[in-house]
Amino acid sequence: MTRVEAFLAGVWEFVVGDDWRTALGVVLALALTALIASAAIAAWWVMPPAVIGLLALSIRRAARDSSRRG
Amino acid sequence: MSGAELGLAVSVFLACAVEAVEALTIVLAVGTTRSWSSAMSGVGAATVTLAAIVAVLGPALTALPIDLLRVLVGCLLLVFGLQWLRKAILRSAGLKAKHDELETFREETEAAKAAGARRPGFDGYAFTISFKGVLLEGLEVAFIVLTFGANQHRIPLAAAAAGLAVLVVVAAGATARAPLAKVPENTMKFAVGVMLSSFGMFWGTEGAGASWPGGDAALLAIIPGVLLTAVAMAWTVRRAVNQAPIADLPATPAEAGDQATVSA
Repeated sequence: MTRVEAFLAGVWEFVVGDDWRTALGVVLALALTALIASAAIAAWWVMPPAVIGLLALSIRRAARDSSRRG
Repeated sequence: MSGAELGLAVSVFLACAVEAVEALTIVLAVGTTRSWSSAMSGVGAATVTLAAIVAVLGPALTALPIDLLRVLVGCLLLVFGLQWLRKAILRSAGLKAKHDELETFREETEAAKAAGARRPGFDGYAFTISFKGVLLEGLEVAFIVLTFGANQHRIPLAAAAAGLAVLVVVAAGATARAPLAKVPENTMKFAVGVMLSSFGMFWGTEGAGASWPGGDAALLAIIPGVLLTAVAMAWTVRRAVNQAPIADLPATPAEAGDQATVSA
């Protein structure tokens, strides 16, 4: 691994962490919020259920992986 | 001080305190085993590096258009906050090993002893381990200071909260002359996760062009809402683990740590 690759891997690990699906979900939820808001429709309600859902799914994945390893 | 500023100060203080406790353990281990002067040189060099990161990136961030800044900050805080929350919930359920400062201290001390004989004068091992420990533990705090502070144009307040946390932890460590093993790290991480996720959701939504009902007052509903949700999830996961067949459960806390899917 070159130094550039190692640096990029470090940045990815630092920002995204070990659950890229949650990071992607956050980006998509914010994009959906922007899309709805751009149509002059109230969009504040998008993020709360998205955040709850992403956290629940992330914990479920981690718990399932943990039991598989056991 | 407004509610948002208080939230900023509390979040940064807690995040910095919990990371400072972990960094203190590493510095104590190499300081007592190898060389205090070299270990403290490493701490100083890492602190200067972190301060430089904040000083360079702070003005660059505050120069961004407010909506772009808010959506970027909101996104980053949410990603960080959900990671902190998930790990705290998994630890509370026994699915991930809790951070044990005494065990870390023992491991770091043994590694320092095994690193070879100490020469008189500057000790490169003590410097490097202290530098890396403080820099890595402090990097996330630096980004929290930057994102929280830049978004409210209160980087000095965020930096002051971080500095106060370091002073408190160092004073406690100097008094105890031992790793701060009794600090409720997981509870603090849980609280930081709630704050980061709440502010991330608030600012990300506003940056994306939407408005919260009640403006800033919406935070008074968002923070308790995230807290209650996270507590309910922790309770649900703990209950599920406790009701699992005995064969499915890890036999020891160490085994639980081995089975965890995410690193500390």
